[in-house]
Amino acid sequence: MSDPEVPEAPEAAETADSGPSGLDRLRRSLLSPSRGQAVVAVLVGLLAFAGVTQARLAGQDDAYAGLREAELIQALNGLQAASRKAERDIAELEQTRDELRSSSQRRTTALDQAKQEVATLAVLAGTVPATGPGVTATVKDPDGGLTLNHLLDGIEELRNAGAEAIEINDRVRVVAQTSFEDDPNGIVVDGVLLKAPYVIDAIGAPDTLAGALSFEGGFVDDVESDGGSVSTEQKDRVEVSVTRSPPQPRYAEPVPGQ
Amino acid sequence: MIAILGLVIGVVLGLAFTPDVPLALEPYLPIAVVAALDAVFGAFRAFLDGIFDDKVFVVSFVSNVLVAALVVFLGDKLGVGAQLSTGVVVVLGIRIFSNVAAIRRHLFHA
Repeated sequence: MSDPEVPEAPEAAETADSGPSGLDRLRRSLLSPSRGQAVVAVLVGLLAFAGVTQARLAGQDDAYAGLREAELIQALNGLQAASRKAERDIAELEQTRDELRSSSQRRTTALDQAKQEVATLAVLAGTVPATGPGVTATVKDPDGGLTLNHLLDGIEELRNAGAEAIEINDRVRVVAQTSFEDDPNGIVVDGVLLKAPYVIDAIGAPDTLAGALSFEGGFVDDVESDGGSVSTEQKDRVEVSVTRSPPQPRYAEPVPGQ
Repeated sequence: MIAILGLVIGVVLGLAFTPDVPLALEPYLPIAVVAALDAVFGAFRAFLDGIFDDKVFVVSFVSNVLVAALVVFLGDKLGVGAQLSTGVVVVLGIRIFSNVAAIRRHLFHA
């Protein structure tokens, strides 16, 4: 490249300033146009034109238009690497999403099972009302000849036949811990005095339950032989509405991890 | 005065026509602009020094642009176009700075 006019270093400029100062010359030239200025104007205009055009080009969105082959290859490589990385990220995130989805599904399943188990156990423990097909056995005792054993037999037969929820006289829910006691006026079940007639509601398979009470030499025969009477009614819907609060175990603890 | 007019007219023309640069010339335009800028600043400094000559200016302007384009062209052919154009811009930038420093001394005496 040619050094246009001034071969020396910039520091030499001050010593070259011998005649009228640069400012004076500038002032004079601003007032008196000349041929040289016209030439300069043309070239400076050309420069401005090209500069504006280039600035417009450089400002365009198409960032790759002015690039050379090597730069384009480099840019392409960069983009490919970025896209590979993005694909890896996508795969990882999808895997994470699937894992989360399956784990949440497992959790939902476990929760459903637990809820079902809670419902089952609640019915067994008598903490919730229950309803379903079953039998209603009404035990009448006009002569007062029945004892606690008769009733216990009946309850045991019903249990053996698969009764899932039992209540007596709509007042006492019979569960595993239920206590039975004799009393001069009747029987005491779980501390509640019950008098004849005893109405036993049991939820289970109605045929099986009715059969368990009425087989020969069974509950019905026993009661009738002692002066009582039993009427068994099979129902599509028996309401066991009495509940009891579960006893807090004092000595037994659940084995952890089961 | 006329020079400033030319500058303004050039800017206005460039904005008004928004010309499309041929694809083949696209890599050379920025280098040519920088080279021309260098020539203009050199000329302005020479003017303030009192040794300005319009013929010299025209020749230096044209040759600056051509040589800059030639260097970039050669660089492209040799496969070092990007590096060489960076080098050209650096060299021209240094010259522009030194010229501007001299101009500053003339105008502000500092």
